[in-house]
Amino acid sequence: MDIERQRSAPVYEALERFRKQRVVPFDVPGHKRGRGNPELVKLLGERCVGLDVNSMKPLDNLCHPVSVIYEAEQLAADAFGAAHAYFMVGGTTSAVQSMVLTACKAGDKIILPRNVHRSVINALVLCGAEPVYVNPEVDNHIGIALGMELSQVEDAVLKHPDATAILINNPTYYGICSDLRSIVKLAHEHGMMALVDEAHGTHLYFNDSLPVSAMEAGADMAAVSMHKSGGSLTQSSLLLLGEGVNTRYVEQIINLTQTTSASYLLLSSLDISRRNLALRGCESFEKVKNMAEYARDEINFIGGYYAYGKDLVNGGSIYDYDVTKLSVYTRDIGLTGIEVYDLLRDEYDIQIEFGDIGNILAYISIGDRIQDIERLVGALEDIKRLYSKPTSKLHNAEYIQPIVAATPQKAFYSEKKLVPIRETAGRICGEFVMCYPPGIPILSPGEMVTKEIIDYILFAKEKGCSMQGPEDGSLEKLNVLVE
Amino acid sequence: MDFWFSEMHTDNVKMSIRVEKQLFSGQSDFQRIDVFDSIEFGRFLTSDGSVIFSEKDEFTYDEMIVHVPMAVHPNVKKVLVIGGGDGGVARELGYYKEIEAIDVVEPDELFVKVCREFFPDNACGLDDPRVQLHYRDGLRFLRGKSDEYDLIINDSTDPLGHTAGLFTKEFYGSCYKALKSDGIMVYQHGSPFFDEDEEACRAMHRKAFRSFPISRVYQAHIPTCPSGYWLFGFASKKYHPLHDLDAKRWRERHIKTWYYTTNLHTGAFMLPRYVEDLLEEEEGKVKKDDN
Repeated sequence: MDIERQRSAPVYEALERFRKQRVVPFDVPGHKRGRGNPELVKLLGERCVGLDVNSMKPLDNLCHPVSVIYEAEQLAADAFGAAHAYFMVGGTTSAVQSMVLTACKAGDKIILPRNVHRSVINALVLCGAEPVYVNPEVDNHIGIALGMELSQVEDAVLKHPDATAILINNPTYYGICSDLRSIVKLAHEHGMMALVDEAHGTHLYFNDSLPVSAMEAGADMAAVSMHKSGGSLTQSSLLLLGEGVNTRYVEQIINLTQTTSASYLLLSSLDISRRNLALRGCESFEKVKNMAEYARDEINFIGGYYAYGKDLVNGGSIYDYDVTKLSVYTRDIGLTGIEVYDLLRDEYDIQIEFGDIGNILAYISIGDRIQDIERLVGALEDIKRLYSKPTSKLHNAEYIQPIVAATPQKAFYSEKKLVPIRETAGRICGEFVMCYPPGIPILSPGEMVTKEIIDYILFAKEKGCSMQGPEDGSLEKLNVLVE
Repeated sequence: MDFWFSEMHTDNVKMSIRVEKQLFSGQSDFQRIDVFDSIEFGRFLTSDGSVIFSEKDEFTYDEMIVHVPMAVHPNVKKVLVIGGGDGGVARELGYYKEIEAIDVVEPDELFVKVCREFFPDNACGLDDPRVQLHYRDGLRFLRGKSDEYDLIINDSTDPLGHTAGLFTKEFYGSCYKALKSDGIMVYQHGSPFFDEDEEACRAMHRKAFRSFPISRVYQAHIPTCPSGYWLFGFASKKYHPLHDLDAKRWRERHIKTWYYTTNLHTGAFMLPRYVEDLLEEEEGKVKKDDN
């Protein structure tokens, strides 16, 4: 990385130059630097609405960047150790979809862990590729889905040598990493692309003591949520390419679904955040890491909570752990993660990222201060003191290998009807059925419903798992394809 | 020379003090600290642009936050002061012979250093051999402590700044736990006068009222505070601030004060109607939640 070059921020600087020129706007957006919408100016501020401008010669165009956006993307590529980088304004969802659409076309197979983000399955609906799922192991104590074991990915590759790509989460929401280097190597040995969902992994690029990043591991493409740990505005993201990927094709794919009026608020936030990361990222994430580790120690010291970290690492399904994540298992104080999540918000004015049946996740970032960490820890201690209950046993989820009977695309476009769940064995499912924990789909669109699955769904429901996805929330009925 | 310090009390109200000269300016990990010398208020210290105390009116605050609980609780041996790195509260506590230990927990070393240099009359309180100074976060210090203190004084002023954690439910909960079964906590309750401050004031009372069986509010006149009117909270497990006031015992101590008297003690709990109303409204909310 060329540190001197990283000090510039081409999009940001172009916007500053443009502002000083005081150009009279006879183009869109129609609010004309806010003058036409005073309430909006009051809310967002003059500077902010002043930046909301149209693509034009001095500011380049995201659909076909040739000047400042192009330079900014090159700087981003350099900062992330990628061959190319694209600024994305449709969230990391758009970056994930661009990866899948680049690697697969209708009828192609893609190998992926069962606990992928829904944007991946949605991309399969768009392109008509067929998913081949790998079992993410589940930790029996804390009940969350983990990473993919290399041997299981190998099995999938050998069974489906015609697959065109492998998709890997790096890390998962909870901070779990698979053996990324080996999986990338495996993919390349079999002529497959390695696609990495790094929606929770921007920081991995800027601190050597964190798990390996996709580009460092030699992956072909990575979707990086700059707006999560990177500090840019919500909805802005990056798509990174490794060596040897056809950039012209990727650009065509991106432009299939990308807006032609990209927001300069988002673009400049990406540019400035990239500069921050390049110049101060290592130091910032060192601080984040230390805060998270401190919080972990303090929370574990309270007793009753289990804030897990590197101690989970097992060399396989948990090959590495991202220590900037702060996930806490709460069942041993007799409360579900969701209950603790609600208490924190309603009683303590603390908003955390999420709570599931067994865990909470607090997102620690470059914006945090140690006194806020003390508040979180203090609140958890107070919750234990005031609200803890006798513990109840967690139902442990089993993994059922799905039978893909139709592509997600076919299932999506087929006619469907609601059928009582006990009568659906042998039918093709038309919707998602997710069970929390561990947040792995039991059924996704296009999969065969079996007696084993029906029994499992009814059992998990009875055991108090939270079932999500189906149109009929009570799960009396399931949407299946009309034959 | 026309040199003024100004503090915005709301977007539309500004308090200004003519400054003779600036004595100090520095940035710590927690706050920007400035010290000024003025004709009207003597030396005064600001944190991130807000007056924390001045030589002229600090006695009101230090006396009211110390003598009120001390005149009620019959047997205080161990006291915790959260914040209070200036030493003013420790100085007032120092007059009580029966106190055996005073823990002062102040996260900001620079704050203490500046107070020692520019406000030696306050900071001398920290030199009392019973005082132990801890450079720690208040919440962190309290964690794990239980059944240990007779009195906790929350000397932090700003519910929105770097001490925000000391105005939260978890803080009141931690204090409750750290107090003995007859312990008292007193804290800064802010000013209810301006609309902007009213919600913070309400929220504080709600939290204390929920955490402690006895929770009363008392008042004082402090010119450098927003609207010049300031409230304190008195939260207690056993002793009532008025029923358990032992005026005779306190007077026999012959402590020299400039603001506090046992008569004023009683009067301080007699609040204006609008303050009573807003506190009662919050109490009503808590009772409703509990049902």
